[in-house]
Amino acid sequence: MLRKAQTPAIDGWYKIGKKPQLIGSQCKKCQTYFFPKNDRECRNPRCSSTEFSETSLSREGRIWSYTNACYQPPAPYIVDNSFIPFAIAAVELEVEKLIVLGQVATGTDVDSLAIGMQVELVIEPLHETEDEVKMIWKWRPKDL
Amino acid sequence: MKNEVAIIGVGMHPWGKWGKHFTEYGLAAARMALRDANVSWEDIRFVSGGATVRCGYPGYVAGATFAQALGWQGAEVNTSYAACASGSQALAAARDKIISGACEVALVIGADTTPKGFLAPSGGYRPDDPDWVRFYLGITNPTYFALYARRRMDLYGDTLDDFAAIKVKNAKAGSKNPFSRYKKCFSAEEVAGSAVVADPLRLMDICATSDGAAALIVSSVEYAKRIGKSSAPRVIAISTTTPVFASGIVEMPDIATDSAAAEGVEHRSFRENLPRKAYEEAGIGPEDIDLAEVYDLSTALELDWIEDLGLASRGEAASLLRKGETSIGGKIPINASGGLASFGEAVPAQALAQVCELTTQLRGQAGERQIENAKIGITANQGLFGHGSAVIVAV
Repeated sequence: MLRKAQTPAIDGWYKIGKKPQLIGSQCKKCQTYFFPKNDRECRNPRCSSTEFSETSLSREGRIWSYTNACYQPPAPYIVDNSFIPFAIAAVELEVEKLIVLGQVATGTDVDSLAIGMQVELVIEPLHETEDEVKMIWKWRPKDL
Repeated sequence: MKNEVAIIGVGMHPWGKWGKHFTEYGLAAARMALRDANVSWEDIRFVSGGATVRCGYPGYVAGATFAQALGWQGAEVNTSYAACASGSQALAAARDKIISGACEVALVIGADTTPKGFLAPSGGYRPDDPDWVRFYLGITNPTYFALYARRRMDLYGDTLDDFAAIKVKNAKAGSKNPFSRYKKCFSAEEVAGSAVVADPLRLMDICATSDGAAALIVSSVEYAKRIGKSSAPRVIAISTTTPVFASGIVEMPDIATDSAAAEGVEHRSFRENLPRKAYEEAGIGPEDIDLAEVYDLSTALELDWIEDLGLASRGEAASLLRKGETSIGGKIPINASGGLASFGEAVPAQALAQVCELTTQLRGQAGERQIENAKIGITANQGLFGHGSAVIVAV
């Protein structure tokens, strides 16, 4: 049986592979970061630059808060077989000074999470289509 | 007091899951408000409706729909979409029309029939819409409420018992409100026993979605005097400000916050900034407030609002709750209507329902939920896409 190809669930938001990273942008004038990428106009009201560089965001951060989904979310969330509850974390990136939400890596439930805990970015399946596995970023505790 | 308008009539259709057309609820609320004001429909020169966008008919939940239902009579019309703050923006439009002298008396109205189950975005592959993205990732509304609740537990030592106590308090108040959906007085054990939806929040910590309608008749202070309502409660401030960059709390439906990496930029709290403009406009402070109707999408969020409105220092709201000060009869009753806990959310009507409750309380007509000697009240709410509002009503 052929293995299905792994592709990003959302195009252009992150790199998958060995060193996965979220792809953001940074204002060349005031240094403000954006995730997802912004290339229209800087949203710092004191800046109106239209010059951005694409940038990979920090792969590590600290948990700002966390929760879980005990029930199956509605569409467009997709369940392949049966729904398995998952944890969710809001993670603070120190350099970028912003918080990014994401699911927590499979197998880690809320009881093993804490605010301030160091986590790193990983890529895991979100759901499958007929010929592809759609991959998404998740947060995984570093010390577990 | 040149910016004040009088609330001369209030009307509501009971909240519930009635399965009828939203126009029917709106009509009932409008007719009740007109009777309450003793103003004839044909005297209304401006109809300002709160809007919502879903159910396949965007643009239909609108001021004009209600104007037609009441019978076209040539009034000017407005429709305001601002998510949960739609009602307050509709009120602000009516107030501005009245203050400018373009109209003396207006109907402000919001009504909704909510779909069954979760509120969810339209389908397809639409990564440009943050609301689509977060649902695709499995991030629902309770996710955000739970993130805030967990922080309160971690930073301030709030407990699950505190959250349950809020449900118990609001259910008790709501049981005495003829317009609330849920009349049952729940016990702390029942809240604790309900299933966890988004840890640490249980089913009974989270508000439902409902059908309902609320309407106000607002007029110039002169008009109110002329028809013998010189002591009618007045809207003395409305804030519908946006967040201020860099918004530092991850808000529905976003997947990330603003970055505060630029020089001279700090993270700011939207909810905390919202009431400031209202207090400034009214020329009062939190110490002058007698009661508040706040958007308790979750039990824990009520505690955040108490602090955001300046009614308690940061981290101190639970201590007010434990002393009973936020109950009817306490120092600063919160959600004497029963709040969203007892109503469930009917988006375009909800901000107006909050103003209806303040008006009823300030008139001394709240019956068993009456707060004694209430003179000034404030509302607060927040919804998707940077919409929120605070309204101050005084007698």
